[in-house]
Amino acid sequence: MSLIHEIDYGTPASWSEAQVTLTIDGRAITVPEGTSIMRASMEAGIQVPKLCATDMVDAFGSCRLCLVEIEGRNGTPASCTTPVMPGMVVHTQTGRLKDIRRGVMELYISDHPLDCLTCAANGDCELQDMAGAVGLRDVRYGYEGDNHVRARTHGEANAQWMPKDESNPYFTYDPSKCIVCSRCVRACEEVQGTFALTIEGRGFDSRVSPGVHENFLESECVSCGACVQACPTATLTEKSVISIGQPEHSAVTTCAYCGVGCSFKAEMRGEELVRMVPWKDGQANRGHSCVKGRFAYGYATHRDRILNPMIREKISDPWREVTWEEAFSHVASEFRRIQYQYGRESIGGITSSRCTNEETYLVQKLIRAGFGNNNVDTCARVCHSPTGYGLGQAFGTSAGTQNFDSVEHTDVVIVIGANPTDGHPVFASRLKKRLRQGAKLIVIDPRRIDLVKTPHVEASYHLPLQPGTNVAVLTALAHVIVTEGLFDEAFIRERCDWSEFEDWASFVAEAQHSPEETEKFTGVPAELVRGAARLYARGGNGAIYYGLGVTEHSQGSTTVMAIANLAMATGNLGRPGVGVNPLRGQNNVQGACDMGSFPHELPGYRHISDDATRDVFEKIWGVTLNSEPGLRIPNMLDAAVEGTFKGIYIQGEDILQSDPDTKHVSAGLAAMECVVVHDLFLNETANYAHVFLPGSTFLEKDGTFTNAERRINRVRKVMSPKNGFADWEVTQKLAQAMGLNWTYEHPSQIMDEIASTTPSFAGVSYDYLEKIGSVQWPCNETYPVGSPIMHVDGFVRGRGKFIRTEYVATDERTGPRFPLLLTTGRILSQYNVGAQTRRTDNVAWHGEDRLEVHPHDAEQRGIKDGDWIKLASRSGDTSLRALITDRVAPGVVYTTFHHPDTQANVITTDFSDWATNCPEYKVTAVQISPSNGPTEWQEDYTELSRLSRRIAGKMEAAE
Amino acid sequence: MNMRMSAAGGFGERSLEIIRELKHLEGPMLPILHAIQDEFGYIPEEVKPLIASELNLSRAEVHGVVTFYHDFRSHSAGRHVLKLCRAEACQAMGSDQVADRARQLLGIDFHQTTLDGAVTLEPVFCLGLCACAPAAMLDGDVYGRVDDQVLSEMVAEARR
Repeated sequence: MSLIHEIDYGTPASWSEAQVTLTIDGRAITVPEGTSIMRASMEAGIQVPKLCATDMVDAFGSCRLCLVEIEGRNGTPASCTTPVMPGMVVHTQTGRLKDIRRGVMELYISDHPLDCLTCAANGDCELQDMAGAVGLRDVRYGYEGDNHVRARTHGEANAQWMPKDESNPYFTYDPSKCIVCSRCVRACEEVQGTFALTIEGRGFDSRVSPGVHENFLESECVSCGACVQACPTATLTEKSVISIGQPEHSAVTTCAYCGVGCSFKAEMRGEELVRMVPWKDGQANRGHSCVKGRFAYGYATHRDRILNPMIREKISDPWREVTWEEAFSHVASEFRRIQYQYGRESIGGITSSRCTNEETYLVQKLIRAGFGNNNVDTCARVCHSPTGYGLGQAFGTSAGTQNFDSVEHTDVVIVIGANPTDGHPVFASRLKKRLRQGAKLIVIDPRRIDLVKTPHVEASYHLPLQPGTNVAVLTALAHVIVTEGLFDEAFIRERCDWSEFEDWASFVAEAQHSPEETEKFTGVPAELVRGAARLYARGGNGAIYYGLGVTEHSQGSTTVMAIANLAMATGNLGRPGVGVNPLRGQNNVQGACDMGSFPHELPGYRHISDDATRDVFEKIWGVTLNSEPGLRIPNMLDAAVEGTFKGIYIQGEDILQSDPDTKHVSAGLAAMECVVVHDLFLNETANYAHVFLPGSTFLEKDGTFTNAERRINRVRKVMSPKNGFADWEVTQKLAQAMGLNWTYEHPSQIMDEIASTTPSFAGVSYDYLEKIGSVQWPCNETYPVGSPIMHVDGFVRGRGKFIRTEYVATDERTGPRFPLLLTTGRILSQYNVGAQTRRTDNVAWHGEDRLEVHPHDAEQRGIKDGDWIKLASRSGDTSLRALITDRVAPGVVYTTFHHPDTQANVITTDFSDWATNCPEYKVTAVQISPSNGPTEWQEDYTELSRLSRRIAGKMEAAE
Repeated sequence: MNMRMSAAGGFGERSLEIIRELKHLEGPMLPILHAIQDEFGYIPEEVKPLIASELNLSRAEVHGVVTFYHDFRSHSAGRHVLKLCRAEACQAMGSDQVADRARQLLGIDFHQTTLDGAVTLEPVFCLGLCACAPAAMLDGDVYGRVDDQVLSEMVAEARR
């Protein structure tokens, strides 16, 4: 294995259809029109020296190193900014060019430190490479004049010198090594779209400046790492490279944070991870990254990781470390005892959206084949289960319809209940790029998310609705589209059931669904709704992207159907640039759903009651499967409280923190006799566990993740599992202890079994993924290279189904005691319950959860910014500090749920989606009042956590 | 908005008026910066975020533009600004001696202001008066063929 080197073509590719042939250094080369001479040269295998050019950003032409001579033209044009022309004859190396380049390099080096041997970029420095390439042997100008290099010159302080900025936890900015090529500035603008960097001053005074001459941490920088990747010198360098040294081998793998599923090169030195570098061939991220995937991997080696299996009799006992054998046989005998005592249905399990497809498949197989019931569920229950149900009903498949590249062809984007710049940052960067090119944006969200107004991006419409009124607003949009005749009749007649459309159209056209009527309770001015509807219906390619702000409601499934209705009515399906796109929260939540994690579905979304499907699995697994759907997570907990459900195997999910109504979850867990938690850390759920099986990270195993665009991406093992076993091995050994005859030697064999049983995965194998990189399901005989865009020639279910979407207000209402509505979300630097990101330096940006309160509501209650406040609902209370902001409307408060000591889910209620039980996280009636600090519940809980994390013979594990 | 305005100190309200009056122009940043400097005598640091937010730019972008132009100040100048051309043609015609003389007369170096706040001395690179070098500018009025006498008169004028 060696380091994967990606070719830098210097300028972005041109997508022109027209081809141009030219001659470079005697070689004929044909490239698309609009290609730069630099890129054409590289494609011909000739590397023109360059410093300011890189193919992630547009050509800039400032370094004067890439000059070439063109026959019949005067001068020495820059090859990066000069496009190819038919018949052009280019010379990249002549006596004149050599002299110019050497002269330019002399100037660069005369103001650059000569500490190459001790420099962190030694071996990975383009300046060093170019000095070699142009044959620099001497610097006639010397090093004594004005410079940015030395703190003192001639005994006096050097005003041009600036100290190193080490404020960012992950990389340093050393201005003394900067050659002012502007690559970082352009990467921040063009790739990330934050515009946090600039060049301040002019001429010799020019310096890279974050914000208004701030340090990186205090500036607008979001630490995505694009600048660090773009920097050709050691000016911007990962701190990990500074402390470890240059990597020596690498493997392409997939990020384990959000559902975008970015491809990274894990660059290694031995078994030590040096850095994660986004992979340009990654088809989800196209070479970009965010602060989490790029930098926040420190949790993998954090001292809190538990590496030995542990058992305890009662949850009040300290943990006792045991051997793997003892742990497996203990779990097997306990589960068998419970089933003998309380019946076959008394145990179950939860699959993880954080683990691989193969691991998820094994857990549901263990439950169905080993436990002999269908009590399997997954965390998608609490996030996108309504997506599965709603899109399944409307289109016939429960997944997003597009690939991420599709956004490059979009003209109008609707973002509903999602905050991509925080939750799905790499997709947000691609979206912002398209918006800067002129696409229009409609945001439907109670909160003024960043996308509503951020440098160079401004939403045409922001519909700031009252939490819980999604269905009413979407139906009002449909009302406008139908009553103003903005629907696409040809599309509907061809693709959908016309009579169903007519029924739906007459429903949405009713007067009570008009924007003027719904305004009364949604709070969205009718004119905004009308304007947004007209823009979406008639603005060109319209795409809808949505998140948990849609699904986590009592009408989550209805909202998803309303979204599908809008897309079908306007003909925005089945081609690039359109579609319905759920932004999935977790790296493999799509995969976990695909793999049969739901109690009623076998892999590939086939109902458990279907005899033919069961037959396929029964033959391979050699068992008889139960045809009755099993229990969902909330039902398991209810059954536990009732005393009929006694044992659970939870892989990689922290239901105590992530599921609604914490007190109910804890009561359910406390009532069980054998709770097995399989995780990296002693998470909050483990406070109620009897057995702890240590888990492995994504760096420690082979497998696949499926991202939000149905893309199956390889996860590659780059280090040995610190706990001894990859998660799939742990599940297999547990299955073996329970008497199942499993003999998988590698996850590829599990994928082969998935492919042989699941039609939408039929064409997937590790060999195939090795060959083509990644593939979007369905991938089978009909779609041999996968399906970037679905429903191209017709809907999977046949004809698209219009469904009436009656708005039913949630039972959770404000009143005199609880006059405010709480809604929840996430923040860029933290991820989900924070188990990973809290154990990284990302806490530099978000050390605690804060409650956003509108100044009006704060003033009424005498609350100031930063004050401790008590947040109370009908379910419970907690306390956290206030953040006064007009991002939220009066009457609405907002918080994140990344920190366990906040316990935001103590507040949330047990209301849930009517179809799928997805909890209503996004609406809770609350009251806030000044407080002195943590509530009694928080203090009790902290004490419980401390006690339940004791390990016999060890110091107390500190959180 | 209120919070941003208070962060912009005493300049907030007036700056916002200026920005809103001019933001509809094509390429509004330079006219706004000129108007701000005309109003306050310099570009207060606190106004940069305000301009950024009103024009939907980042703070960094505004900072980049402000610092690119030497004429945008970060602090108030003296009551008068004397600029001496330091470019090639003027140097060839003796602007070094003029500069030395100016330093002597005012008792300050370039980029400094006399203690009484009367004059700020600044270098400038080409006033477009090469034919009449050495050239100088006092508060926007240009002077050609600057010698000791012209300089003394200019300084006396400024000191008054």
